[in-house]
Amino acid sequence: MIVNRLRGPSLAALACVLAGALSLSACATTGGDETPAADGSSSAEARQPLPAGLDFANNPDPYPSTYRGLPRENMAIVGGTVFTGAGQRIDNGVVIVTDGRVAAVGGASTPIPAGHRRVDAAGRFVTPGIIDAHSHLGVYPSPGVQGMSDGNEATSPNTAQVWAEHSLWPQDPGFNAARAGGVTTLQILPGSANLFGGRGVTVRNIPSVTMQGMKMPGAPYGLKMACGENPSRVYGSRNQSPATGMGNVAGYRAAFIAARDYKAKWDKWREDGEGSPPTRNLQLETLAGVLDGSVLVQNHCYRADEMAVMIDIAKEFGYRITAFHHAVEAYKIAPLLAREGICADMWTGWWGFKMEALDGIEANAAIVDAQPNSCAVIHSDDAELTQRLNQEAAAALAAGRRIGMNIPEERAISWVTLNPARSLGIADQTGSLEAGKRADVVIWSANPFSVYARADQVFVDGGLAFDRFNPAYQPVSDYELGQPGYGMPSANVPQGAR
Amino acid sequence: MRLRTLILAAVSAAALASPALAQELTAITGGRVLTGTSVIENGTVVIQNGRVVSVGTGAAPSGARVIDARGKVVAPGFVAVDSGLGGSEISSVGGSDDLTNGANSISASFDVSYGLDPWSFTLPVARLGGITRAIVVPSHPGGSAGHEHQDDSDFAGVGEGGYQSPSLFAGQAAIIHLAQGGDILVKPRVAMVAPFGEAGAGVSGGARGAEFVQFKETLAEVRLYARNKGAYDRAGLRDLSLSRADLEALIPVANGTMPLIVTVHRAADIQQVLRLAREEGVKVILDGAEEGWLVADQIAAAGVPVLLNPISNLPGSIETRAARMENAAALDAANVTIAIKGNEGSIHRAREIRYNAGNAVSHGLSYESAIEAITVNPARIFGMAGQFGELRPGAAADVVVWSGDPLEPLSIAETIFIGGAEQAPASRQFLLRDRYARGEGAMPPAYGR
Repeated sequence: MIVNRLRGPSLAALACVLAGALSLSACATTGGDETPAADGSSSAEARQPLPAGLDFANNPDPYPSTYRGLPRENMAIVGGTVFTGAGQRIDNGVVIVTDGRVAAVGGASTPIPAGHRRVDAAGRFVTPGIIDAHSHLGVYPSPGVQGMSDGNEATSPNTAQVWAEHSLWPQDPGFNAARAGGVTTLQILPGSANLFGGRGVTVRNIPSVTMQGMKMPGAPYGLKMACGENPSRVYGSRNQSPATGMGNVAGYRAAFIAARDYKAKWDKWREDGEGSPPTRNLQLETLAGVLDGSVLVQNHCYRADEMAVMIDIAKEFGYRITAFHHAVEAYKIAPLLAREGICADMWTGWWGFKMEALDGIEANAAIVDAQPNSCAVIHSDDAELTQRLNQEAAAALAAGRRIGMNIPEERAISWVTLNPARSLGIADQTGSLEAGKRADVVIWSANPFSVYARADQVFVDGGLAFDRFNPAYQPVSDYELGQPGYGMPSANVPQGAR
Repeated sequence: MRLRTLILAAVSAAALASPALAQELTAITGGRVLTGTSVIENGTVVIQNGRVVSVGTGAAPSGARVIDARGKVVAPGFVAVDSGLGGSEISSVGGSDDLTNGANSISASFDVSYGLDPWSFTLPVARLGGITRAIVVPSHPGGSAGHEHQDDSDFAGVGEGGYQSPSLFAGQAAIIHLAQGGDILVKPRVAMVAPFGEAGAGVSGGARGAEFVQFKETLAEVRLYARNKGAYDRAGLRDLSLSRADLEALIPVANGTMPLIVTVHRAADIQQVLRLAREEGVKVILDGAEEGWLVADQIAAAGVPVLLNPISNLPGSIETRAARMENAAALDAANVTIAIKGNEGSIHRAREIRYNAGNAVSHGLSYESAIEAITVNPARIFGMAGQFGELRPGAAADVVVWSGDPLEPLSIAETIFIGGAEQAPASRQFLLRDRYARGEGAMPPAYGR
């Protein structure tokens, strides 16, 4: 039965990681079924599974999420100004959270089910949890010392075989700081030294001893690709290809030619069972995942002209680019990005630190956002900026308003909530306060577009993960214990986080 | 399309706005005036001949050009400390960077003022963030310049800490203004810069104990040289480890007249630097000081000011394990004079100074102290009190009219005067923005202006 299910052209059909929240149990069941029998028929129909680890399809989720969520209670957040993330602003709104999910969102008359604790948000603002689509927390953690610098496998231009989750140090204090800034979900990516940096991983921002404990169930993998100066500088300086932009492109194309070939061999073998199975190749397997749509392309790319070339490469080999990251010149090709359905994950204030960042403008996100069907995202790529993505969005909003664009705050909040969820392929799960979604919620002390706003309470799947006023909900990583200043009040102000 | 019309209007306004003559009598009325040390509601700021004439609540003098600031906030221009403005155009392009010096025989004597470019395209961008003056410092290991974003830093060799300086001293800082025109230098050689902590230890062989000894020995040589210049010129003095130019440059440091900006992070190093300053009679300014709050009282007792970035709250290195958002508030509460820095060396991201100040406020610093930390305090720390960074009679007319609270990202600097000259609200970034925000047309964008 399993073998039959394996037939067909697409690895994606097998990947329980794609199947959404319900897939965990499906994966577990499948794994149980797949235990190799001691003896089996050699026919295609009842072929013995390959030895463990040699067939992706036998175990498509080898490092499964063990995320369970924090203890939660049913609640009604009442009285606050709600930005749903999906474009609505509700004054004196009500957000009903039941069993870790958003059950209802509405005005003051929204009925509150029995057994729901009332959380008073009067005078405060309620938004979805902030999602950072580009983070290196855990892989470039604090402290940034050599022994902990695990974000770039800068040993070959193509390291599609490496997975950021295998570098992720969950004790990075940056996770706690990000949570104090309202961040509930992050995509942790490898760096940009390589054309193919490896797989990223999407995590729920709760403290965990293991990576698996944070890993978001059902979230698709991303493949970090990088355009531009970084790969050509790193490898060119070693007298190795790529040393130029054209070398970069030759590298992507060669890799996808090999991936097409690899995928065809597996598809054929699954179809007819003839001959020896192909040898599993982790690098090509990730690229084949891009080709079948199960792995999302997260493409570091600054310049407009380079993004346009990357779009053509994707068409040449038949895959989709989900997001361009940094996309400093996205405003130059905003209509193209919208037509292609590609997210632009941007900063507001970063520019000028290298040639390809020269033309960065504050209005980038606003101009991208103005296109129909656009996907403008404000991201961090930085352990400090991730703590204030709401402020980075505010600066982008101000830049848009400055040129007369009438962008309401309830739309701009999507740049750090729903749009990054789309950029990660998890918009069906989180990113907005809509019935059925995960109850990832931030209650802000003030309008989150104000520099003075603090995240008062942060809920992940309805569980209280951070409370600025309650030390019991201000987690401290192992690394921070007993360090200089540990446990000492640092000023005559309430504690909250570091 | 409405958007297009609005943008074209904005473009024409920018094109028409020419800097007003600095001597024009101008009154900015009706706004909430932040003088730098106090707040005046419905205030009137009068400027003429490049200077502030009066600050109060009276009517505008007759004949004055009146700028209506009702509903707006009027503030002194902000002063960027620990900045690279005008000294570095594109961070990773070495040829455009005149802040980083690797010469062995020119270290303390390195003078950034010679490399400043009044036509730098970084200046208008910072100006639009309300910055009107800057203290430009040479790059130095352990400093905040040279930091690149994380996925670049690991393999580019330019992460936190930057390059390896050949010397204990990185060179001398200069004060600039950011007005349009061909001359931005206000005062050269206002301070010496020296890295301590891990970076400084690296210069001396790897251990802090070596750097402090080398530092004291160097000052001894400077004093020996200063007392025996004649003998030195006749080659009648024992060999000294520094070049003559460096020895000369360090004389005012050794005699306590030129402040030494000491980049230092951990509390233990701050204690040692304070001790060194006391023992050697050197006037120091602490830069960084992420763990300063642990020894705030000692810093205050020494009367030493601190340049800090309040958002440096992560233990990014072993010497910043106690970094906290509340550092600014704690030092201020201990009566330490603080100046708040921008990000990444305050060049391209200098404009974020005001957000950093706002975040210090949301983490316990009073609003008044936050404004002081980006206006009057930098002027005080660098010996320019009363000359700029403050709206008071006689000070340079660096005045910015904000659409709202200047610490808020949603506020914009609407009118900017530097030395009394109104600055055009323009930048290369705005030209790019306007070229593309108008949307696709029949002709390629390059035909647009």
